[in-house]
Amino acid sequence: MSTYFTKDHEWLLVEGDVATVGITDFAQSQLGDVVYVELPESGKNVAQNDEVAVVESVKAASEVYAPVDGEIVEGNELLVDEPAKVNEEPEGAAWFFKIKLGNTTQLEELMSEADYKAFVETL
Amino acid sequence: MRYLPLSDNDRADMLTRIGADSIDELFADIPEAVRLEELTTLPRRKTEMQVERQLSALANKNVSAGSLPFFVGAGAYKHHIPATVDHLIQRSEFLTSYTPYQPEITQGTLQALFEFQTQVANLTGMDVANASMYDGSTGTAEAVLMAHRVTRKKKAILSGGLHPQYREVVEGITRKLPGGSVVSLPADPMGTEDILAQIDDETSCVVVQSPSFYGQLIDLKPIAEKAHAHKALLIAVFTEVVSLGLLESPGAQGSDIVVGEGQSIGNPLTFGGPYVGLFATRQKYIRNMPGRLCGETVDAEGRRGFVLTLSTREQHIRRDKATSNICTNSGLCCLAFTIHMTLLGGSGLAKLARINHMNAVKLADALNAVEGVDVLNDAFFNEFTIRVPADANDVIEALAVNGVLGGVPVSRLEQGNPELNNLIVVANTEVNTDEDRAAFVDALKEVLA
Amino acid sequence: MTMNHQGRSTSAGEAGRSASHQTFTGNRALDMEEPLIFEIGHMDNCGVDLDETADFAPRLGSHMRQEIVDLPALSEPETMRHYVRLSRNNYAIDAGLYPLGSCTMKHNPRLNEKMARLPGFADIHPLQPISTVPGAFELISELADWLMELTGTNAVAMSPKAGAHGEQCGMMAIKHAIAAKGEERSIVLVPESAHGTNPATAALVGYKVVSIPARDDGTVSVDAVVEKIEAHAGQVAALMLTNPNTCGLFEPEVIEIANAIHEAGGYFYCDGANFNAIVGKAKPGDLGIDAMHINLHKTFSTPHGGGGPGSGPVVLSDRLAPYAPLPFIRKNNEELEVVETTDQLQGNEQPFGRMTAFFGQMGMYVRALSYMMSHGSDGLKQASEDAVLNANYIRVGLQDLMTLPFGEKPCMHEVLFDDSFLNDTGVSTLDFAKAMIDEGYHPMTMYFPLVVSGAMLIEPTESESRASLDLFVATMRDLVMSAKAGDTGRFEGAPYLAPRRRLDETTAARKPILKWVAPEPTKVQPETA
Repeated sequence: MSTYFTKDHEWLLVEGDVATVGITDFAQSQLGDVVYVELPESGKNVAQNDEVAVVESVKAASEVYAPVDGEIVEGNELLVDEPAKVNEEPEGAAWFFKIKLGNTTQLEELMSEADYKAFVETL
Repeated sequence: MRYLPLSDNDRADMLTRIGADSIDELFADIPEAVRLEELTTLPRRKTEMQVERQLSALANKNVSAGSLPFFVGAGAYKHHIPATVDHLIQRSEFLTSYTPYQPEITQGTLQALFEFQTQVANLTGMDVANASMYDGSTGTAEAVLMAHRVTRKKKAILSGGLHPQYREVVEGITRKLPGGSVVSLPADPMGTEDILAQIDDETSCVVVQSPSFYGQLIDLKPIAEKAHAHKALLIAVFTEVVSLGLLESPGAQGSDIVVGEGQSIGNPLTFGGPYVGLFATRQKYIRNMPGRLCGETVDAEGRRGFVLTLSTREQHIRRDKATSNICTNSGLCCLAFTIHMTLLGGSGLAKLARINHMNAVKLADALNAVEGVDVLNDAFFNEFTIRVPADANDVIEALAVNGVLGGVPVSRLEQGNPELNNLIVVANTEVNTDEDRAAFVDALKEVLA
Repeated sequence: MTMNHQGRSTSAGEAGRSASHQTFTGNRALDMEEPLIFEIGHMDNCGVDLDETADFAPRLGSHMRQEIVDLPALSEPETMRHYVRLSRNNYAIDAGLYPLGSCTMKHNPRLNEKMARLPGFADIHPLQPISTVPGAFELISELADWLMELTGTNAVAMSPKAGAHGEQCGMMAIKHAIAAKGEERSIVLVPESAHGTNPATAALVGYKVVSIPARDDGTVSVDAVVEKIEAHAGQVAALMLTNPNTCGLFEPEVIEIANAIHEAGGYFYCDGANFNAIVGKAKPGDLGIDAMHINLHKTFSTPHGGGGPGSGPVVLSDRLAPYAPLPFIRKNNEELEVVETTDQLQGNEQPFGRMTAFFGQMGMYVRALSYMMSHGSDGLKQASEDAVLNANYIRVGLQDLMTLPFGEKPCMHEVLFDDSFLNDTGVSTLDFAKAMIDEGYHPMTMYFPLVVSGAMLIEPTESESRASLDLFVATMRDLVMSAKAGDTGRFEGAPYLAPRRRLDETTAARKPILKWVAPEPTKVQPETA
């Protein structure tokens, strides 16, 4: 089980061949109060960097990208009813979707938690 | 110039303060080659009296609807507007306010929009309505685009009873989309087309007008059922909103989007615009809805207030991913609608609709009795189609010479089908009297003789 | 001396406490709380007298509704009071300075309203015989002539219903013109500083948007445009550029940019939202534009009406003129001919379709023409000069205290500040704007354009007197100094004095309530014996 981060402020928790994906605490703090989340359909095949989900605050809408190739296993229905969870537990209960890894070598290009923290410092 | 508060002294002092030698210094970024000295080809300023005289002379060349027996409809209708409506919409605070982006100081506009949205939702029998579109025709095009977003399909089927100019607007915008297709059924004056046969799995939406352009009343329920069976949406269109006072609502018949023209309530004919597009849908589709939305909330002290909401759908945030490029609604026209509808209420609207309908029934019977004239409709609201034994255009022009504006020749809007050349769409509202109807019948007899 | 025997205090006394003074009704004297019509209306009363229909024998087939629509009514006096009370919660240009950048909130002359209500304009039908409305077509043609003359073009599509609708019309004409040449192009270039409608329109018409970065001085360079043209060789359909731009600056390289896009086989769409700065000073046609919409509700004073209706005629270059949508008026010498349908087309006329039913926003045409005739060529030019003068007067009045992102140089009709002057004050741009409300001003445009962080865009228009500008500048200076002095209380809870305090937009968006629903009857708990 290991955690990876992307430059688009997403995190991945990999367990076996499935990764759970969400947005980082830094991302939610930049968005402000989240009011709506649009999730991908299960079973959809996506490629790295495809737009797969949308997260909206009152004044902004942001795309969430697929961090790796793969097949969407499920979306987190909790966020549909309680988008505020994204502000409260961004790196826990408010995960966005689970994806079955299509190409594990893509994980090697992602950041570790320490790398991501250093990256955020530069912003 | 009476609209400009600065005096020449002000201007000179202000330039000094700015540190510019002349006004042209402030325009220095305009390339010298294209800078204008004077617009010699245009007239110079005029007094209020001169403008009034000149524009009144133009207005006086037109025959206004109130000056003679008037039966023209086909998408815009002459109704009586209570004096209160025009007074209230001319209040400075409504007339000269901007889009309510600062809700603390625009609660007047916002609350009126919330009332408008509720009225439109209840009228159409739908869950939610937006804060209005430009008009019925552009609203119909937006409804088709919305259906494409919801269904992720791109084939629209347009009924042959849809207003021909609405059809052209829809075709124009949706055919330009990659993969977009439109199936437009032929003109359907009798309201008997088989639209069900057209619906397949590729279909995104079916667009049906009722009362149709020809005044036919269409049963929407079977169309909704067939559309839903193929994961397509039913878009119900109307051009005469008063009809909703007497007819079963499109929402109750299973429509997914209801769109129509709201001009009849509160807004004068004004030669076609500005009007107000009404747009309503189901709760589950609100994130795909175009246009502004006003929502209820509370302020910092817990008092009820209203704000524009769900604006992340809109262009100023979403840019090229917006649900629509629309930036305005039809603010003042929808306020006029709301005020007139507030005066009427459900009971007043029902009464108004009954008067419209019975006036139309009387006229239909009278025209049907004229030799050679047939009314095509068995059922109708306040508008129907007649067939005359001559070219409809000639008949209408001859009627005008006789002091009656007797309707719209179908061939003015629909070409290429000789069977339509004898058809006239005739509207009759509460403004028409028995004398008006008698004058129409007499003039028609004379013209056809 | 005479005594004040009545013992009345003539000083303001305890007025300072008024904000916390509670009333039974929640009203504050002239500031009235007003319920929704659904809470005060009647199902059994009506504000319009209508006769009952005798012998109601409907001919509606099976389509009649069984119950009346669930909408209550108010009598006429109740309706009047309801909407008058609502109106008093609105800010309006008639009541105060409305410095919304890029919106051109100028005076709306009432002569225009009076003219638009003449029965010969307001009470005519778009489908009554053409022979009965010659004055309507003369008016449209006359307005078209003014627009073409002011912009230096030979064609104009009148029917678009608003600015964004005009953009759509212009872009559809461009798409059609490209197709007519047998070409296919997929990309539209849009500067980062553009209005959101530009990329939204390009996408709506089926184009992919490629954005062009702004230079450090807030303008677009011809080099940046050429770079994108070369990167997408043969694919660029058009460039959409606002000029003067959204930073309040005239694009100095606009002619070179126009030449570059033309050489690449593309078209130049100009967003005319800021035309008010240059009417009578330059003709966009001379700058090389192919299409430009004109917001009659901005530049030509038709009222904004709380968000519409607008009107957005589009002037077209000779290259695009053949593709103008139906309907249009053809001029044969002085004879006007109305072209509504394809069977009436002549020569190279190839309309791309139709933007709307009927002829567009006639009511707005009358108002705009009334405005133009009143100003005349001399007044229109003077109005633009005054608009630019007023904006620069505000600029020099505030530039030592607020921050100009592009340095102290002249602006056009609007002046753009950024919020770096608020750094370390603990006051946000939004807080600052809300404090303006307490001072009796509508805030300026904020957070737009996107190319400047914390943008504050101020457009005073030509309608403001010098005294009005002086008071505005003094107020803004007082607010800035207050923020810099650490008086955050004046800002963070503002507005304190408006009909409403700050509204909870988060809740509104998370759980949207978009219409009134009758509350559930509250159940009375039976008393336990």
